[in-house]
Amino acid sequence: MAAFQFTVNGKPVSVALDNEETPLLDVLRNELGLMGTRFGCGLEQCGCCMVLIDGQPEKCCTKPTWSVAGKHVTTVEGLGSPERPHPLQQAFIDEQAGQCGYCLSGILISAKALLEKNPSPTRSQIALALDGNICRCGSHNRILRAVEKAAAVMLGDV
Amino acid sequence: MNTLPGPLNDNPRLDLWVSFPEAGKVAVNTGRVELGQGVLTAMAQIAADELDVAMTRVTVRSGATDHMPNEGYTAGSQSIQFGGLAMGQACADVRALFLDSAAKVLGCSADELSVRDGKFLRNGAATGQDYWTLAGAVDLAVNASGQAKRKAAADLTFVGRSSARTDLPAKLFGEPVFIHDMRLAGMKHARVVRQPNRAATIGTIDVDAIRRAAKGPISFVRSGDFLAIVGDDEHAVELAGAAAVNHVTWEHVETPTPLQQEANWLLQRPVVDRLLGSPEPVDAQGKQRFEATYSRGYLAHASISPSCGLAEFRDGHLTVWTHCQGVFPLRGALARMLKLEAKAITVHHVQGSGCYGHNGADDAAADAAVIALQMPGTPIRVRWRREEEFIHEPKSPAMLVKVRALVDAAGKPADWTAEIWSGNHNGRPGGGNALLAGYALPDQEPFPQAGEVPEAVGGGATRNADPLYDIADKRIIHHMVTETPVRVSALRGLGAMPNVFALECAIDELAERAGVDPVAYRLSIVSDPRARAVIEHVAAMAKWQANAPGGDGRGRGIAFARYKNRAAYSAVVVDLEVDDEIRLRHVWCATDAGLAVNPDGAINQLEGGIIQSASWVLKEQVRLDNGPASLDWDSYPVLKFSEVPEIAVALINPTQSDMPLGVGEATAGPTAAAIGNAVSHALGSRIRDLPLTRERIMTSLLK
Ligand code: FES
Ligand code: FES
Repeated sequence: MAAFQFTVNGKPVSVALDNEETPLLDVLRNELGLMGTRFGCGLEQCGCCMVLIDGQPEKCCTKPTWSVAGKHVTTVEGLGSPERPHPLQQAFIDEQAGQCGYCLSGILISAKALLEKNPSPTRSQIALALDGNICRCGSHNRILRAVEKAAAVMLGDV
Repeated sequence: MNTLPGPLNDNPRLDLWVSFPEAGKVAVNTGRVELGQGVLTAMAQIAADELDVAMTRVTVRSGATDHMPNEGYTAGSQSIQFGGLAMGQACADVRALFLDSAAKVLGCSADELSVRDGKFLRNGAATGQDYWTLAGAVDLAVNASGQAKRKAAADLTFVGRSSARTDLPAKLFGEPVFIHDMRLAGMKHARVVRQPNRAATIGTIDVDAIRRAAKGPISFVRSGDFLAIVGDDEHAVELAGAAAVNHVTWEHVETPTPLQQEANWLLQRPVVDRLLGSPEPVDAQGKQRFEATYSRGYLAHASISPSCGLAEFRDGHLTVWTHCQGVFPLRGALARMLKLEAKAITVHHVQGSGCYGHNGADDAAADAAVIALQMPGTPIRVRWRREEEFIHEPKSPAMLVKVRALVDAAGKPADWTAEIWSGNHNGRPGGGNALLAGYALPDQEPFPQAGEVPEAVGGGATRNADPLYDIADKRIIHHMVTETPVRVSALRGLGAMPNVFALECAIDELAERAGVDPVAYRLSIVSDPRARAVIEHVAAMAKWQANAPGGDGRGRGIAFARYKNRAAYSAVVVDLEVDDEIRLRHVWCATDAGLAVNPDGAINQLEGGIIQSASWVLKEQVRLDNGPASLDWDSYPVLKFSEVPEIAVALINPTQSDMPLGVGEATAGPTAAAIGNAVSHALGSRIRDLPLTRERIMTSLLK
């Protein structure tokens, strides 16, 4: 059994694993009880499991837990809360961006990473940044509008 | 005479629908389940209006086999059109019973009373009575009378106005709202080692190799050819499940080939034939003949998350949690498969990702139930692997549609035949079909051959094959192919997408032969005013220019349908560009959904239908290559963010109807055909087979 330390949403955590290759996604969901990061494929193809690792957006369904030791992980639960929503979360509510909502955690994380690099992206830059996230319900245009709106809010344009 | 809406007639007891659990709160129950389509929000709007309470007081509970109305399946864009009608009438009846009771208590006539946010007013003045003070005195364990008058459209506060989805915030804050997030005390994870096909039987199992692959403790559960891996650590179980594919051998394996993935393979198969309408005339009666063949391959639901189910067998009672579309039919199918009485089973709906029809949800629940029965007292959670969902979820059948028309001297169709070859769209459990586990378990009764979805509920392969245009004589010849190379069932719109694609492309071809602009041509052959209104509206939205020249790689197309010829009317215009592939630019859509309960919710559904249909048309076909070859998102790609067009949707209600019409599936057919027509406009030649792949575009360009 090996133990790994890292932080999740700013809080230090320590997990002990029989199989140190266990993906971070399983650790978040099954060891730490953080269900916001979703399983979609386990193949790095759909983006449901997107988290920030030291600020970089990464799919964590195949990411061995040993590889995040000492790093900072941010999940959708770390973005905001119903009381204090992140501007992205508020914009998604305002635009009613989502149908089943299963894809949204990963999309919020990808969008957050984009806005940190590029605070005023064009519509097509947003779309390209979200191409690693699949939405099967067809909520795409609402999601694009919501990210544009959040960007404007975060720049103080609104 | 009984005038109750169908679902209320089936479940007349009012306490099944409405209760007042605590002061200031209303709970309503619906047999419809949330599939991401916003049905819970719409039901809250309807209930709040008919009961005269604030929406925030209303909790909508949904989808359980205990103490809930049985409304069969949540499917076919019928939840609001029929389920909403039942909910509204139940609430109106409840309100009337309370008004009578209040009148008695207050010694006045019910006519003097009104309700404001749950409080009873007498001639506008407070009475101190409300739903909650009277709840003890009013017996809701009575049957609905259907006598209470529903509110007039003008008196509605919530219905007809956009309402934010009540379920969305929890999803945006990452709360554990999905069935995949459920964890029960003492629960074990499980994966099933799937039969490659129904008849396959287990040959050998390399237990040691599977255990080694798991890198953690696992155990096996077997019953006949049903084999599952169970353990405490989900990752170990997942590794074992993936490895087992290579360490279990099967006998009687079928290996479907690429030929079988194509719609024209259906032409040589055993069929059951039907004729709907008059026999086809042999003689052309001096008219021009038109004939064209259109097709589409098998499609996957491809829900973003693989299916998941939980089950627990304790003290002789089986409890199942599922994201399927019908908890009652699933309970019936489980009872049959497991040889339990239905009353020994409770099924709860918990949300999953969007399903768009019959995906693996029922089967995953059945898997969990089979394992739970063998491990009494231990809750079991089965989550399918991605590949498992792609291979084993039921597919939408490939369809081949021949359109034949006789065209009169004015260039208009006078006689119309749609001849259809298709597997059936009715593989759901409950229709006599098996849950997947049922093919692997021993001692199962043989399953009857599935029939197609009846015409009375819109038909399956024949859905929307009957044109709404003014054509003197029409018929459908339906060849139901009884054996298909992949498992088939219901996907959003069933046959409507391929049928509307065929019919609306054929209409464009006829317009072209007649030398008439496609919009003008449609308007010249349709008299239903609501159909005309959506066509005219979408043409105006898109600034349609009659007879715009095409053939230069830029194209524009229109198509129209009324879903099932009885739900919402939708017309769609598409702008696109084609070189070696197709880039969608703009889509405009005008829809008449009558009274839209939640307009923004309806628009969200219509947009989703447009994007999903665009994805089907441009990219999707289930591939076979000595076995399943669509296994993941690389081998079954769908539309990406950067490929999605701009979309404008307008809801119109030209007849000021106060009846809602279902919208969830309304745009699938018109979008597909509008894309087909726009591609033909752009290329100057027509592609009649879907999907519109690069190879097909190249072949068409060389013609
Ligand atoms: S679950 Fe990780 S990318 Fe799909
Ligand atoms: S909202 Fe359902 S997958 Fe995106």
